[in-house]
Amino acid sequence: MSLIHRSSSLLKPLAAGPASLLRRSFSSVTDDDATKITVETSVPFTGHRIDPPPRTIDTTPKELMTFFVDMARMRRMEIAADSLYKSKLIRGFCHLYDGQEAVAVGMEAAITRKDCIITAYRDHCIFLGRGGTLLEAFAELMGRKAGCSKGKGGSMHFYKKDGGFYGGHGIVGAQVPLGCGLAFAQKYSKEDHVTFTLYGDGAANQGQLFEALNMAALWDLPAILVCENNHYGMGTAEWRAAKSPAYYKRGDYVPGLKVDGMDVFAVKQACKFAKEHVLKNGPIILEMDTYRYHGHSMSDPGSTYRTRDEISGVRQERDPIERIRKLILSHDIASEKELKDIEKEARKEVDEAIAQAKESPMPEPSELFTNVYVKDHGVEVFGVDRKEVRTVLA
Amino acid sequence: MANCLRRFGRLGLISKAKNGKRELYSTTSVSPASGDNTSSTKSINLFTAVNQALHIALDSDPRSYVFGEDVGFGGVFRCTTGLADRFGKQRVFNTPLCEQGIVGFAIGLAAMDNRAIAEIQFVDYIYPAFDQAGDIPIVNEAAKFRYRSGNQFNCGGLTIRAPYGAVGHGGHYHSQSPEAFFCHVPGIKVVIPRSPRQAKGLLLSCIRDPNPVVFFEPKWLYRLAVEEVPENDYMLPLSEAEVIREGSDITLVGWGAQLSIMAEACVEAEKDGISCELIDLRTLLPWDKETVEASVKKTGRLLISHEAPVTGGFGAEISASIVERCFLRLEAPVARVCGLDTPFPLVFEPFYMPTKNKILDAIKATVSY
Ligand SMILES: Cc1ncc(C[n+]2csc(CCOP(=O)(O)OP(=O)(O)O)c2C)c(N)n1
Ligand SMILES: [Mg+2]
Repeated sequence: MSLIHRSSSLLKPLAAGPASLLRRSFSSVTDDDATKITVETSVPFTGHRIDPPPRTIDTTPKELMTFFVDMARMRRMEIAADSLYKSKLIRGFCHLYDGQEAVAVGMEAAITRKDCIITAYRDHCIFLGRGGTLLEAFAELMGRKAGCSKGKGGSMHFYKKDGGFYGGHGIVGAQVPLGCGLAFAQKYSKEDHVTFTLYGDGAANQGQLFEALNMAALWDLPAILVCENNHYGMGTAEWRAAKSPAYYKRGDYVPGLKVDGMDVFAVKQACKFAKEHVLKNGPIILEMDTYRYHGHSMSDPGSTYRTRDEISGVRQERDPIERIRKLILSHDIASEKELKDIEKEARKEVDEAIAQAKESPMPEPSELFTNVYVKDHGVEVFGVDRKEVRTVLA
Repeated sequence: MANCLRRFGRLGLISKAKNGKRELYSTTSVSPASGDNTSSTKSINLFTAVNQALHIALDSDPRSYVFGEDVGFGGVFRCTTGLADRFGKQRVFNTPLCEQGIVGFAIGLAAMDNRAIAEIQFVDYIYPAFDQAGDIPIVNEAAKFRYRSGNQFNCGGLTIRAPYGAVGHGGHYHSQSPEAFFCHVPGIKVVIPRSPRQAKGLLLSCIRDPNPVVFFEPKWLYRLAVEEVPENDYMLPLSEAEVIREGSDITLVGWGAQLSIMAEACVEAEKDGISCELIDLRTLLPWDKETVEASVKKTGRLLISHEAPVTGGFGAEISASIVERCFLRLEAPVARVCGLDTPFPLVFEPFYMPTKNKILDAIKATVSY
């Protein structure tokens, strides 16, 4: 299995935009910038029971810069979370997304916040993509009041209702049927919205996935099953766990598309295509070929079941941020220094968010008993020594 | 995950035990399967004890198998280290991530007269397999196979191992104690050890028991609990509770990791002149009512403690049974000091937990009722 297989010649611009594009400061890239750039995805899509979309996709300098900024911020957030974990400010289970940023960003670029996203526990960056803030993310990670789940969920349980983000789920595979329920509700209300249900290559072997697929296909639900194939489920390589690691084909009667998940344009193109498809025809599987740089969770160094060469190879050949950096430079949209400055700015934003999150208090102890039911039932509760917190919740 | 176990020193008693306190380590009926009573002992922790038991099980019965997510690599908690190397990939192997499949498969394997030892990575992930446990996955498959086939078939060779319980910061899905769900299922046995020595002997009994068994391992103790454990093959009896501390004023009943907390409370209570009797139930289903009954008839008071939420917890069953048997001997209502009726929290775990002080309070309240 070769994970490092992308030819870099593809980074060359297919069609150079108008001459006016020649070297401007990126700050002059504005909303109404109509400059069109055409890029080609790193590799062709592979379809299963469906004709894949074209490899070429139009973009603008503004979009390129947005992709860079968004992914740089996500990357920085995850790296900062790593250090916070090591300094014990984040406890419990924590799964990082660095390496996979193009999936979150490309998907978001193709859809609206009326579309739903639901995922597993590797959820920090999806949350940011849906409009969540760094402060809410870090506060949640540290179990503070200002967190997106009031500090009660932690790393694995980020949610954002107003952004159509149905969250972070801890039980592998369980979110997939939920996603079908969301899609059914969307279809029933006759809105043209869809649900993206994300799951991993490990989760792809859970029985519920197939139950969900059948329901989605039977009822033509606007559900897009996105398999984020980062090639490992904890320490288990995909081929050790799956008879067929061609996850885009595993829906059998459900069409599928294999996508380079390290190429934000490929992801965007695929998601746009999928959205149109499912609104007309029912579900589709998108297999995103991606990679996580960190170990599975914070207790996994991530180097016992794969080689360091494999990791550094992917970083060098396929990194989603570097791909965009090269495109920006080759189209002369911004200078190296300007891109470096953007990364510095991301670092600053992250540091500020962490500082603010640290200021946020822990939730009130009584929050332990709220949200169990709509109106919490009248149990008497008490703290460690019965005197500390004692209250009857009505 | 394994890391977090090292960081938490909740079990002061476990280390003190080495200095002569014996609460958790009284050694009853170590019955060597081999008849060799003179075996030497070694000081090991709980995951090593489990590992030893698995080595012995595979070694002593060629028709035994160990499988589950990542067990070929030693598993998340290192309980299966070295097994694949020694017994080969045909008998010790990784499964895909599919709990219902794992347990269903195990039931089929056991139905062909094999010993199927399945690991579920965390007990929190056993729910997808819940159906399988009863009859053949757990609840509908495993538990009822013998009954519904009129004894033609059974999956008695099935043992499901899973780490359970709090670890300090496991949050919603790495901390739960679901034993009560399984205790509601006639046809399976539910066993929970409190220490390395118990873990080894009980696990071997479970594997060799002719009934399907779920064996929940206290993950908080995997590394923290260290004890002298015989190196040989021995089994401890199922469905036999053990009195691990004798006393006359009140009976405390618990299992697994909670016993060490209860033992600390007993020591504190003694300073106030209260003499506590502490019982490790060890097997929750079918449980040893007689031992608990005899103790309560002596003390007249009963306190039950477990990490699972109080409502519908196994403490309720014990309480009801003992009230039936000892009604006239009881001098106070039965006390339950358990987890709160909330999801297992990420923040405020200490509030949720049945801590030493909560138990101590309840002991005093019950004794002075
Ligand atoms: C039902 C269930 N079984 C086991 C686990 C433990 N577990 C957590 S993540 C994981 C691996 C999942 O891998 P994959 O689906 O590829 O997602 P990735 O972590 O690579 O994003 C496992 C086994 C769980 N959370 N839920
Ligand atoms: Mg994976």
